[in-house]
Parts: sequence; structure tokens; C-alpha cells
Amino acid sequence: MTPDPVTPDPVTLAILKGRLEGIADEMDATLFRSAFNPIIAEAKDACHGLYHAETGETLVQGTSGLPIFVGAMAFAVKAVIDKVARDSDLRPGDTFLFNDPYEGGTHLNDFRLVRPIYRQGALFCWMASVGHWLDVGGNVPGGYNPKATESYQEGFRIPPVRLIRDGVMNRDLVDILAANSRVPTSNWGDLNGQLNALDLGERRLAALIDEHGEALVQGAFDAFSARAEALMRASIAGLPDGTYAFEDVLDNDGITDETLTIALDLTIRGEEMVLDFSRSSPAAQGPVSISRATTIAGCYVALKHVFTEVPANAGCLRPIRFVVPDGTLLGAGAPHPMAGYTETVLRLVGVIFGALAKADPARATAAPFGTINALSMAGHRADGSRWVMFSFFGGGLGGNPESDGLNHANNPISTATIPPVEILEAAYPVMFTQWALRPDSAGIGAHRGGLGAVYEIEALVPASVSLLGERGKVAPFGVGGGGPAACNRFSWETAEGRQFPPMVSKITDIRLEAGRRVRLETPGGGGWGDPAARDPAAAARDRRLGYVTGAAE
Amino acid sequence: MSAAARVVGVDVGGTFTDLFLFDAASRTFRTAKVPSNRGDEAVGFLNGLRQLGAVADLGSVVHGTTVGTNALLERKGAKVGLITTRGFRDVIEMRRRDRLRTWGLWGDFVPVVDRDFRLEVEERTLADGTIRQPVDPAAVRDAVRQLLAQGAEALAIVFINAYANPANEEAALAAAREAWPGDTISCSSQILPEIREFERSSTTALNAYLQPVVGSYLGKLDAALQGEGFAGRFHIVQSNGGVMSTESARRLPVRTALSGPAAGVIAAAAIATEAGFPDVVTGDLGGTSFDVSLVVGGETALAAQTTIDFGLVIRTPMIEITTIGAGGGSIARVDAGGLLQVGPESAGSRPGPVCYAQGNTRPTLTDANVVLGRINAERPIGGGLARLDVEAARAAILEHVGRPLGLDAMAAAEAILRVANGHMASAIRLVSIERGHDPARFAAVPFGGGGALHAGALIREVGLKAALLPRFPGINSALGCVIADIRHDQVRTVNLSLEGIDAPALDRLMVSEAAAVRAVVADAGLPVERIDTVFALDMHYAGQTHTVSVPLPVEARDGTTGVTAAVIREAFETAYQASFSRLLDGVPARIVNLRTAAIGRRPRFDLSTLAPEPGATLEGARRGTRPVWFGDAWHETAILSRLDLPVGAVVPGPAILEQPDATTVVDPGLAARVDRLGNMIIESAAFRDGSAA
Repeated sequence: MTPDPVTPDPVTLAILKGRLEGIADEMDATLFRSAFNPIIAEAKDACHGLYHAETGETLVQGTSGLPIFVGAMAFAVKAVIDKVARDSDLRPGDTFLFNDPYEGGTHLNDFRLVRPIYRQGALFCWMASVGHWLDVGGNVPGGYNPKATESYQEGFRIPPVRLIRDGVMNRDLVDILAANSRVPTSNWGDLNGQLNALDLGERRLAALIDEHGEALVQGAFDAFSARAEALMRASIAGLPDGTYAFEDVLDNDGITDETLTIALDLTIRGEEMVLDFSRSSPAAQGPVSISRATTIAGCYVALKHVFTEVPANAGCLRPIRFVVPDGTLLGAGAPHPMAGYTETVLRLVGVIFGALAKADPARATAAPFGTINALSMAGHRADGSRWVMFSFFGGGLGGNPESDGLNHANNPISTATIPPVEILEAAYPVMFTQWALRPDSAGIGAHRGGLGAVYEIEALVPASVSLLGERGKVAPFGVGGGGPAACNRFSWETAEGRQFPPMVSKITDIRLEAGRRVRLETPGGGGWGDPAARDPAAAARDRRLGYVTGAAE
Repeated sequence: MSAAARVVGVDVGGTFTDLFLFDAASRTFRTAKVPSNRGDEAVGFLNGLRQLGAVADLGSVVHGTTVGTNALLERKGAKVGLITTRGFRDVIEMRRRDRLRTWGLWGDFVPVVDRDFRLEVEERTLADGTIRQPVDPAAVRDAVRQLLAQGAEALAIVFINAYANPANEEAALAAAREAWPGDTISCSSQILPEIREFERSSTTALNAYLQPVVGSYLGKLDAALQGEGFAGRFHIVQSNGGVMSTESARRLPVRTALSGPAAGVIAAAAIATEAGFPDVVTGDLGGTSFDVSLVVGGETALAAQTTIDFGLVIRTPMIEITTIGAGGGSIARVDAGGLLQVGPESAGSRPGPVCYAQGNTRPTLTDANVVLGRINAERPIGGGLARLDVEAARAAILEHVGRPLGLDAMAAAEAILRVANGHMASAIRLVSIERGHDPARFAAVPFGGGGALHAGALIREVGLKAALLPRFPGINSALGCVIADIRHDQVRTVNLSLEGIDAPALDRLMVSEAAAVRAVVADAGLPVERIDTVFALDMHYAGQTHTVSVPLPVEARDGTTGVTAAVIREAFETAYQASFSRLLDGVPARIVNLRTAAIGRRPRFDLSTLAPEPGATLEGARRGTRPVWFGDAWHETAILSRLDLPVGAVVPGPAILEQPDATTVVDPGLAARVDRLGNMIIESAAFRDGSAA
């Protein structure tokens, strides 16, 4: 049996915190370096951590994991805990694998590996790895099918199952995975990368526990949670009591061109917070609904961007109550399609920023660009081989009390870097004709938003193109008198001229002829504060650098 | 000729300029330390040289410089004009679509080239090297003239896919030279012919940004040296730890970004290897940071790129230095969650720690060391202050750390020390254990103002074999200038599949790259014993984007390297398995880049030159005792003058060893001994007794 936890002294606690976070960081780095697909290797769409033996709650996260996964992983581990409770056959040497979004959050592309860590014959904690695999079948290469109405059209779904028993990998399962993807080698490489990370993490943790003992490490886990809770309570207590309402919309669900509302009533009472999403739209037919797990993870991301000192573990969620009715856009279940979960989470993050801006205008952040623009281009090369280019694109961050928004940044739920043009052109038969900042795309303000971007890509061979984006109808908002940014805009060339998607920012299977181009113009961030209060020198610089042209769109 | 035998290493730091003169003929050395002259570093440089005798008598001067680093950090480079491919002028501003930090969305980025100084021309090369559209020289000349009219002082040319075929860039460079006065032009295919447009653009633009600054600095030094009748060779230390000619430094100033710190690591590696510790972790503890580097088998580890500041990426091989925010000035506080934090916020050297009495009231690591008696408050090192204010430091520690944690001042100071030691230990673990090395084989080599205060803790916490303290830690970088080999690195993106590789074609490329890098080293004009050429490939499995560095066990001889597909495969699998636990059978391997380096080995420097004079005695080095806090109690502790200790002296802990530029703490349970070179080796007392028996 694991001995009772012993609370470390403050110094040992600080040291253990650094060591344990270091283990998670090292797991992240191992996967980034050995992964096959650029969404993990370059975009860092992965996360690792340590989780509570009984509840699955987050104990320790690294500093480099994808923010949205940081919040979602606890649900994934809980799904495995429920599974082994049903089967009651957990053993050392097991590793579980799954991608079920209803149990673990996010979407089918995110494969989770969950491994029990035993000490002295008892379950000590869990370790988990999540990474975004390039293709999991479904109607659209890469999985972002804007027309999906059931998850079966998005790809295959694996519930928590045992990939490894007694340290031996189940090859039958590997063969099933391989047979269901367009890019089995890439997935195989990523799976091995995740196993590399778990192997390494397990070794490092064992060495640490050998050094300090089970009781002390367990005591440190408890203390981390208590500290996170104390910090979150202190942060909430710094906001004035009251209820702050804010809402924003998604363009549509890709099936019906009607906006969907994400509405929040944020209540502060002392050192506790309620996030009530009851007024939000019902679950959608198309792939933009999210599970409750993803919603909570998204709230966590937003709060962590505002209260940056609060550490990434379960304790920080204790003072917060979530009201997310089942069957709503934010509390959907099977078989609602969820490939576009990012768009809904990004709007959710913005809505929390909007409500907090009302509670504390001095710390307000305007809306970031708010869409990932998942663009896939695919076809066959001259030699007959199949290619799939898949990437997410950037935009501007919101103006804020400290500065203008950052130009061409990644999304708040991610730390992804964008693959270089030269890497993409070396790998796929495409040629970029523009990769530039988008003038006039940022909201005006005392501190303006960051600029979005223009990407223009020519197909060198015939290509099939799909896009899952957002922010085509209602632009990222400003705060404190700052203006909104520009809307997202996508178009492509045909013999008949330039075309725009009927669903504004979502389209499937455009047939692009060789030599024709697609063009994506992304939103900037919203502005912060009264535009009339902008420093005249900064305004003059905006014009000199061509950030602001004064030309009507 | 005796002049050629006299070589001086000069390290210009922020506060002091350190010089180390070695006379190979008489096998003697001299050192000098003079104040740096910020803004006009040449003045301090010359003052220092004159202290060492007639400048005209010197054979060569080797310089580790921070002029480039400072220009980058303080954004004081040239006004750069950039000419690039139509559609891509914003690449250096858009970066890789990152943000400043994972959590928190505030903050902005200003690139080193203003957007209105970035002009586009029609031209395009495809990824396979095909020229889709040739460049129009007239358009390039027009762009150059426009940039000149706007006031550009340096020019950068970066075209998309120029790594695959530099023809358009070369045509543009030729055209630009017709319109651009002078030689401050940086062309990406010459600076870094490697795939990834942002990293290549950033490196090229930063090279241009530094060219006028570094060029004028070196010009000033050259002129001053000539004015003193100096007729020898003048060289610069690069970030890769090798020396280059000033001609190369003017052409490639971006390669000097880590010049000063690299020289320090080189010296530490040489000293440790000579002392019988070829595997070490060097640790430079400054005011705000702790910089760690790994040395394995006497060789320094190189990193492919570094980020100077958010968005300022330099991609060129440099000594891998891992920096954490824990220095003497790091501020200790208890956060709202009740956790003791030390750093990364720092009081720096101004206002500095509380004990400096210059206005800071928040306790730092140095304050903890002072309160614990580890630093002599009556004789601070560095020479700037008469004494340190122990009482103020103690009060600050009690208020900001002791009371919130329920500790008295001494326990709180000890807690600060332990947390800071934990940070330093983590940094050492990061570069050793996390790279698959066994720490028990490694020694720590602390240098910088405060490193030797923490040597014992590093041995204990990381499980290191020992700590090695060079005899003159303060002149480590200047010494490194004298020791460093000459080196030139070159990268070329090749994008080849290992299956069916045309090995003879790769062989021809390797031979020609080797000839080119060897020529640069030979032209540097310093005496070398031989020039080694080393090859490495950046490789991965097809589909991966990251690569592993694969050293090739071949040499260029008689016009061939003898490289074959089998040699490459074996080297790749060895390197891959060392990094990751699993090989991927059946997945084809690819070669992305060829890296070639020429290293001109300088004649061996005899480090026993630095050893103590005979005649010293242990008793003669004693300077009495004072109470020092270890663990949870005061211990009456022996104080010794370190430089007066004889070879072979053994000092059991607890003890404090003082010298003008460093304080060494020997913890209880450890012992220090002076080796034949005058280094201090700290190791477990039990271990030492055991080995002596």
C-alpha cells in the first residue's frame, strides 16, 4: 500500500514542483521531436501530465503542453478509470488508447494514451499523453469535415481499450488503426512518439520517487492542488461581486446557415465564481458542438490567460461552478460531430474575456481572431502518389492595457507554430503566392488589435480543398470603446471568376484546377480603449507601415 | 621571432575588460583587469593591452566580444533594408505564428526591419530548385536606390526557396552591388543556405543589422591596434566556440552573438579535461541568470539555433547554453498560494541586492548568502562597494520570506538558498540527465561571480562526481580566447532520400564543402597543428519534420570521403536510437541538411603555466575563522586565501576560500584539494579519504 501522504516543507515543495513539471516538459519535448506529423512536431498539438490515481484529476502539467489539452486531460484519464472499474482488471504494464471525444473531450483526431503507474504493488498515479494524429478516416482528409452531421462521418472512434498488456503491444489493434487511416505510417510514427514520451516519463518519475519516497511525493501533489485553489480564490476575490453577461456567435454549423449563440452569465461572489452557459444555443447538427469536458477545459484556458500565476492542476477549478445543460452546444453527447470543436472553444474563450472585461475593465483583453481556419488541400501527384496538406492559420490578438495586440499569432488554446512555406512547398505540390500581414484587419483603439494575415496558395496539380473556419459574419469584438476587427474571408479561383463559400467560412471538396489559387484572409484582434486616445505617433506609424491604409474594404 | 609567441585574449564584459597574455616562448602568462568603457569599448580594450606591455610586441590578439549581443538586446543595430520575393515581405514580422508566452496574451513584437524598409521584387524559385521566374536586375537596383533614399544602412536579400537554388539571389546580389555603396549586404543563400524561410530571413536580417555596428567596432580596434604598431593577427571568438578572422566577423557578425560566453565554456572545457574531468557541466552564475553548458569527452555541445529575444532567431551553430532565471540578484518572495519563489524577477546589479544599499528592499539570493555568512560582508568581491549591509538583508528576508512562511531569518535565508540551489540543479539535470548522461560521471565547473558559492549543493542535489573551480575564474573567458581552436561551420540543405541515394554525388558535395570550410580556416592565418573536417547530416524518417544530428565517421582524403548508403544508415540508426527508444523499421529515411565544419587545432596550451608557485603552505593561506550557517546552525568556519594554497593542499569542509574575484564555499562533509594545475577540486570527504587510502 502507498503510505499516507506527508506534506513537504515549503522548500522541498518548491523543488519537487520544478522536478515534476520538468518531467512533463521533457515528455512533451520527446514527442515533439519524434512525432511524424507536423501538427504535433511543429504545431505542438500535444500534452503530457500526471493524474490522480482515483479521480483522474490533474496533478502536474508541463509548461509546454497545448493549453486546451491541459484542461481536458483529466476527463480522459477519468474515462479510463471508469473503464477499468467496470472490467476490474487493471495491471502494471497496461497502456490504454482511445480517441472518444464524448469521454475525453476535444475531437477524434486527438489520441490519448493513458498508463497506470504502480509503486509497491499499488496504483500511485496515472500518466497520459495526447497528440493530434493527422488522419483518422472519415469523409475529409485530416478529419475537419464541415458537412458532418454524425461523428461516423468524421472518422473512426475508439473507446478506451488496452493497447499494451504486460508491456506487450497488441498488434491486432495497431493493424485496425492502420487500416482506417489515409496515412497509417504517420499515425504509427506518432503512436511510437507518444510511447517514447510515456516510457521516459515513467523512468523519470520512478527515479524521483526513489529519491523522495511515495509519501512525500503524494503530499506534494496534495499541496499543489491546495495552492492552486488558494491562488484561484485570491484571484476571484479581486473581482467585484456581481453577475456579468456576455454573448457572441458562431457563423453557422456548416449545415444550416444560421448563427449559434454562446451566452455566459458570469457571477462573482466572494472568492467563488459561477460560469452559467444556460442561455446558449442547443447542440448543432454540424460539427461545432462540444462536450462538457471540452467546455470546462476551454473555461480553464481563458481563466489561465487572465490569471497567469495560477498553476495548471485540478485545484484551480474547485472554486468554480459550471452550469452547462446537457443537449446544448456546449454540453453535447454522442453522436454529435465535433471536428470543429476549436471554433466553439475559441468563441467560448472570447466570451469569458468579454464578461471579465465588464467585471474588471482595467485588465480587459479584446477578442483574439478566434478561428483556426483548418484548411486541407489534397490530391494525387504526377506519379500517382496521394498527398494531403493540412494546416491551421494565424491571426491577430486583441489590444490590451499593456500593448497593441500581437500581429499574426497563434490561438489562445494553442501554442502551435505554423509550418514554414518552404517545408510545405517541399512536401506538397503547391506554391504560395502570398504570405503577408493583412492591412486594416485589426480593431482600432487606444491600443489596436494585432493584424491578421493573407495566405494565397496556387495548386500545381488539381486539388480538392476543404476549409473549416469561423468569424465570417461577426468580427472579433473590441473592449472599452475599441473597435471590432475584420471578418474572416475565404475565396478561390475558377474559370468563372472568384468564388466564396455559401457557408461563409466553411466549404468541402472544392475542385481546384492546376494553376488556380485559394485565398484566405484572416481576422485581426479587437481594439482596446477609445481610438481617439491613441498616441498620435503610434497612429502615424500604423499608416507609415501600412497596417492601416484608410482605404474602404 | 618572439612577438608571434605572444598572444593575448581579451574579453570585454559589461563592467570589466579582462585580458590574459600568454608568452609561448617563456611559458609565462600575465593578466589584467580594467574597467570597460560602455559605448566605446575600444578605449578599455587598448588600456588593458597597454598594461600588458608594448602592443607592437604582440603576435596576435583574440577577442571575445559582446558588442553584437548588446546591439541585439538593446536594439541598437543598423537601419536595414530588405529585398525579398513578391508576396513575402512580412515573413520576418509574422515569425512562425508564435506568441510571447504560453499563458497571457499581452505584449507586442517589433521586428528589426521596419515594414516600409522591406521591398518586394518579382522572382520565384520552386522547392525543387526550378526557376519559375528569373529576377529582373533593374528592379533590384530600383529597390536598392529606394532603400538608400529612405536611409537604409545595411541591406539583406532573402528569396523564397533560395536554399534549393541560389541563382536568383546571386543575380540580385550582383545587381544590388552595382547600386549599393560598400559591402554591408547580407544574402540569405550565403549566410544560411538552409530550408525554413523565417529562420533564414531572421538570421540574414540580424546579420545585416549587426554588420555596420560590428564592422565599425572592429574597424576602430584595428585602427587603434595599428596606431600602436601592432602587426600581428587580430581574431574574434564566434558563438560556436571557435575563432575566426576579423574579415569573417565583418561578413558574418551574426556568428558573434554568443562570443563572450562561448569563450568561457571553451576555457572551462580545456581546464577540466586537462585536470582529468573530460565530462563536465559548466555553470556561469551572474546577476540575473545561471548559464549552463555541457561538455562531453572534452567537446562542447552545439545547438543549431538560439532565440535572442522573442522573434529574434539566429540559426547558426553555437555553443549550447541553457539559461535559467536564477542569479545572485534573483528576488525571493512567497506567492499568494504560499509557495516560496526565487526569480526569475531580478534586482540585477543596479539597484542590486538589499545588502548593496542602493534602494532595493526585496531580498535576493545574494542577500541570503550574506546573511548566512557565506559571503564576506566586509570584503565584497568586484571592488565596487566598501561593505555589505547584512542587517538590511536580514530584515528584508524576515519580512518577505520568514514571516509568510513562519520561519526566522536564518531559516528563511537557508530556504532561499535551497530553492535557488534547486533551480540550478534542475538546469544541470536538464542538460545532463535529460540528455541521457549519468551525472555521477560529471563534474560541475562553476564560474562567474557566484558559482563557487553553490558548488557543494550541486554535487549533492544532482549526484555529480565533483566540482572543479578553475584557479582564475574571473578571467575564464579571456583565457578561452587564447585556447580556442579556429572553426568554420557551413550548412547546406540537400533533401535526399536514403533509399537509392546517389552516394558519389553526395561524396562530391562533401569534398567541395570540406575544401570551402578548410579554406576559411586556413585563411585565418593563425598557427595550427592540423585542420580537422567533420561532417554531420540532419536526418529523419520520411514524414517527420524534426531531425536528429547524425555525425558521419568519414574524412575527406584524396578527393573522396568514401561515404556510402550503408555508412549513413548505420550512423543514422545509432543516432536515432540514442535520442528515442524506438527505430521505425520499414519507414524510409531522409537526409535534410549536410553540415560541414573545419576545425584548425591550435598548438596545445600548457595549463600548468597557471599552477601555483612552489613555496606556498597551507598554514600560510589561513586567514582565521568566522561563523557560517550550514543547514540549521552556525559553524565556526576556516577562512583561507585560495591563491596562497599550495599544490596538494587539502581543506576539509566547512571552509570558505576567498580570492579577489570569487568566493568558494566548501560545505561540511566535502573537502577541497588543490590539483597540480592550481584548480580546486571539491568532492565528498569520504570519497577523498577512500581514494587516498
